Amino acid sequence: MVDIPLDQVAGIPPAEVGEVELYHPRSWWTRYVFSQDAKVIAVQYSITAMSIGMVALVLSWMMRLQLGFPGTFSFIDANQYLQFITMHGMIMVIYLLTALFLGGFGNYLIPLMVGARDMVFPYVNMLSYWVYLLAVLVLAATFFVPGGPTGAGWTLYPPQAILSGTPGQDWGIVFMLASLILFIIGFTMGGLNYVVTVLQARTRGMTLMRLPLTVWGIFTATVMALLAFPALFVASVMLLLDRLLGTSFFMPTLVEMGQLSKYGGGSPILFQHLFWFFGHPEVYIVALPAFGIISDLISTHARKNIFGYRMMVWAIVAIGALSFVVWAHHMYVSGMHPYFGFFFATTTLIIAIPTAIKVYNWVLTLWRGDIHLTVPMLFALGFIVTFVNGGLTGLFLGNVVVDVPLSDTMFVVAHFHMVMGIAPIMAVFGGIYHWYPKVTGRMLNDVLGKFHFWVTFIGAYAVFFPMHYLGLLGMPRRYHDIGETSFVPASAHDLNAFMSVAALIVGFAQLVFLFNLVWSLFKGKEAGGNPWGATSLEWQTPETPPGHGNWGKELPIVYRWAYDYSVPGAARDFVPQNEPPSGVVAQGAHP
Amino acid sequence: MSAIILFMATIAAIAGWWLSQQRLAAKPWLEEGVAVDFRGERGSSVPPAKIGLGVFLAVVGSLFALLISAYSMRNTMVDWRELPLPKLLWINTGVLIISSAALQWSLMAARRSDDEAMLVGLLVGGASAVTFLAGQLVVWQQLNVAGYVVASNPANSFFYLITALHGLHLIGGLVALGRTSAKVWRGAPMVRVRLSVELCAIYWHFLLLVWLVLLGLLTGWTENFVNICRQLLT
Amino acid sequence: MAVALILLLVAIASVLFHVYSPWWWTPIASNWRYIDDTINLTFWITGAVFCAVIAFMAYCVLRFHHKEGRRAVYNPENKKLEWWLSIGTAIGVVAMLAPGLVVWHQFVTVPADATDVEVVGQQWMWSYRLPGKDGRLGTSDARLISSENPLGLNPNDPNGQDDVVVQNDDLHLPVGKPVKVLLRSIDVLHDFYVPEFRAKMDMIPGSVTYYWLTPTRTGTFDVLCAELCGAAHAQMRSRVIVEEEKEYHAWLEKQRTFAALSGQRDVAKAAYKTGSE
Repeated sequence: MVDIPLDQVAGIPPAEVGEVELYHPRSWWTRYVFSQDAKVIAVQYSITAMSIGMVALVLSWMMRLQLGFPGTFSFIDANQYLQFITMHGMIMVIYLLTALFLGGFGNYLIPLMVGARDMVFPYVNMLSYWVYLLAVLVLAATFFVPGGPTGAGWTLYPPQAILSGTPGQDWGIVFMLASLILFIIGFTMGGLNYVVTVLQARTRGMTLMRLPLTVWGIFTATVMALLAFPALFVASVMLLLDRLLGTSFFMPTLVEMGQLSKYGGGSPILFQHLFWFFGHPEVYIVALPAFGIISDLISTHARKNIFGYRMMVWAIVAIGALSFVVWAHHMYVSGMHPYFGFFFATTTLIIAIPTAIKVYNWVLTLWRGDIHLTVPMLFALGFIVTFVNGGLTGLFLGNVVVDVPLSDTMFVVAHFHMVMGIAPIMAVFGGIYHWYPKVTGRMLNDVLGKFHFWVTFIGAYAVFFPMHYLGLLGMPRRYHDIGETSFVPASAHDLNAFMSVAALIVGFAQLVFLFNLVWSLFKGKEAGGNPWGATSLEWQTPETPPGHGNWGKELPIVYRWAYDYSVPGAARDFVPQNEPPSGVVAQGAHP
Repeated sequence: MSAIILFMATIAAIAGWWLSQQRLAAKPWLEEGVAVDFRGERGSSVPPAKIGLGVFLAVVGSLFALLISAYSMRNTMVDWRELPLPKLLWINTGVLIISSAALQWSLMAARRSDDEAMLVGLLVGGASAVTFLAGQLVVWQQLNVAGYVVASNPANSFFYLITALHGLHLIGGLVALGRTSAKVWRGAPMVRVRLSVELCAIYWHFLLLVWLVLLGLLTGWTENFVNICRQLLT
Repeated sequence: MAVALILLLVAIASVLFHVYSPWWWTPIASNWRYIDDTINLTFWITGAVFCAVIAFMAYCVLRFHHKEGRRAVYNPENKKLEWWLSIGTAIGVVAMLAPGLVVWHQFVTVPADATDVEVVGQQWMWSYRLPGKDGRLGTSDARLISSENPLGLNPNDPNGQDDVVVQNDDLHLPVGKPVKVLLRSIDVLHDFYVPEFRAKMDMIPGSVTYYWLTPTRTGTFDVLCAELCGAAHAQMRSRVIVEEEKEYHAWLEKQRTFAALSGQRDVAKAAYKTGSE
């Protein structure tokens, strides 16, 4: 080890923050409702995201009921089925996963992990949540407007998104676009905070290469989201104008229900380019925070430093940059110029390399570790299985010619649910089991947690792994009922029914999780400050849950990277980041 | 999509340059102590608000680069009919330049700690920005009267959309400018407002730059320029 | 122990499912066997990686799970190992990408002797148009669509007069002859999808897209719509009948041309009558 002379260390004054600079809640309202404390905002974000996520979960039950037992449930018809898939997709991708990873985990963890007292712009941060809540309410309102929510598919492709052949074309689509615009405005406010906090509010000694990978993941994802969401913003505004003012940004000359429409000359492909310019980075906006969280979970619970930390950081940055030049791999069969296929297939498959490195480094972290099979660790293992599976099927769909027969089939549905549905949700759950003790001071119940993990992992795998094969068979997606065909055997319907039953079981297991969240809040085991024996700063706070301003009187000083587990010669198997290097002598977690 | 790719490449270059200063090749497990944190002495030299504004400008830039991309894809379609730009647009551009210059003057006054000149600069800047917005509304009115309504041709739709989004960003800026002016009016100490004035000035210059780029796009100059470059290259 | 075993079982079950699954692609009916081959190759490579990663993970969980007194090995990185893994991955990627791009090149290169066939999608039915004796399709425009001219063909284009229009009926194709399928939509996005052909492409209102194929076996195949096109998306069906040249011509003879279907039918017949008299 390179020894940094101790006298240099001693020469750095502890960072003290004047009392005036901190925001102080004055009443119950400003403490818990209109709070500017990132930790409270994080909880608000999480609860809102999970609530609207429950709606999307129920919608998925409806879809699976229809697919497994077509014609049995009279309350689901073709229109409603399309509305269900649209709302389910949009809620899960944007209002649940994006909001939960960045608004929830980001708000809670960034200030604590970088050793800051709060986000740098607390007021803007608070506004961000309230605008997000408004977006969610506008979205939820579409269930109650005349005509119901839009059924255009979560991609909202024009022309059909705003034409009369699609359910929800009168109000549903307008509310949906308005909600997206609000979401993006709200997110931009939050995103500025996350980025500037990481850039400017790191405590003494916290260099970029000492950041936990969770912060790296959330930081890079936020930068990407800030640059990519404007594409969705522009597309939404233009589509809204096409719908409300009759402009023809995206609308070509067409015949609507036998009548020549008022539109003319526009380009539906233009919308697809804008949508996917946002849509592909969005995949990594969800994936990168999951990568980061999983890295930290594996390292902590295997009591071993993350293998190849530098490579992990470079891979995150490389994936973030590359993800902006692969968007058109969602458009291989869209009718764009076929020569684009060569370029986008190549860039897409290149992304596989940094992604694969991350996977190797996770499993190599397990190797020769001291693996504690706690619930967060189980979820991390589940993440690796589902992510590897979904990532590998991505190599099918990214390789342009293989995508031709598979696009728009259930194979695609299975692929993206595995890679950006189940895998990130595994990271979310793992993260919640891991950090719940810090947020509440109590442990989540272990038995319920293990039950929740096994049912979710095995059940979700049983839903989505066989689904690939229905896609290979040629079963198209977004069909409420495949009906009579010459190529789908009766056994495929049995498989569908099996998948539906599995999906319902997985769905109900989430209720166990919700119960656990509430029950453990009151009856959970007392956690103490650092129940997992973790090194990163959030576990070294003087109080648990962390008090207002996080760090008491003095900010922590960081002396080492975030992964000093099982250091040879150290008394304990972890050395907190803020432990001064007086030789390698064990001290209390908080100096 | 070449405009947005170009924009992203610029952002990537800036990010790459910044990352290259961050010792990403260091082996963090070999380094103990605080001295590796070279931010030590100059850590807080740039205020967070300024960095925040920089990031926000990147977001706004991305938004307009995407609009330009959409514009240049849509205007190759056969139904595109250029609309005549009213003369007033040039006057508006002049007003916006005055607005930007006034804020720059105000900023320079703030650096000299000249309270009065600073306030005058802010007020002139704000008033001329409001004039610009009013002028833009008049342009809309003129076009409407002349029959160039928003939905009659994609060129019109883009014109209204682009000017509206630019105007909305300016209105957002006016809110910040109004708050700053109010602070100065109430006699807030110079150290408290200097940063606000600087941020307003940066934002104004950026919006002026965006406006000039958009104007080049709407008049077709950008297209001619690109064509000339292309001819020079081939 | 149990965890490692279950992880391993997941991998084994996945492989067994793959091997014994009765749900597999439909027997191919076009020249795109190369696409199937590329998929198979991808299955082999990705399957091997999947099994290797899961098996290694299961081994680690089994071998290194927490016991009293165990301590993890301090091992920040291993440059050499990481490089070898990256290079190995890159080779695997190239092994999938290179054949894929070669086949894609074939896919986008239409042979010169391919006959044009036009497929028109609208909510929610398929129509077809085949070139007449002149071998060329006439031009069309969505603005010309009316109840007499449902495909919007240009009545002034001489090439279009003898075009065969098939509405609300099956498409017939001769076996063994390359066809360039021109795709047009008059309202929203659709996607002409015949699972047995493997090829597919979206149809976009306002422009014409295409792909090509050579039907390689006779039979009747379902046509589905693969791009969400509104409420009755799932019911938008038709059939393609691939048959021998002779039967195909017999069918073609019975079809009616655009001229015969539109108002000019009487004119054409009258002219024919006067001519024979």
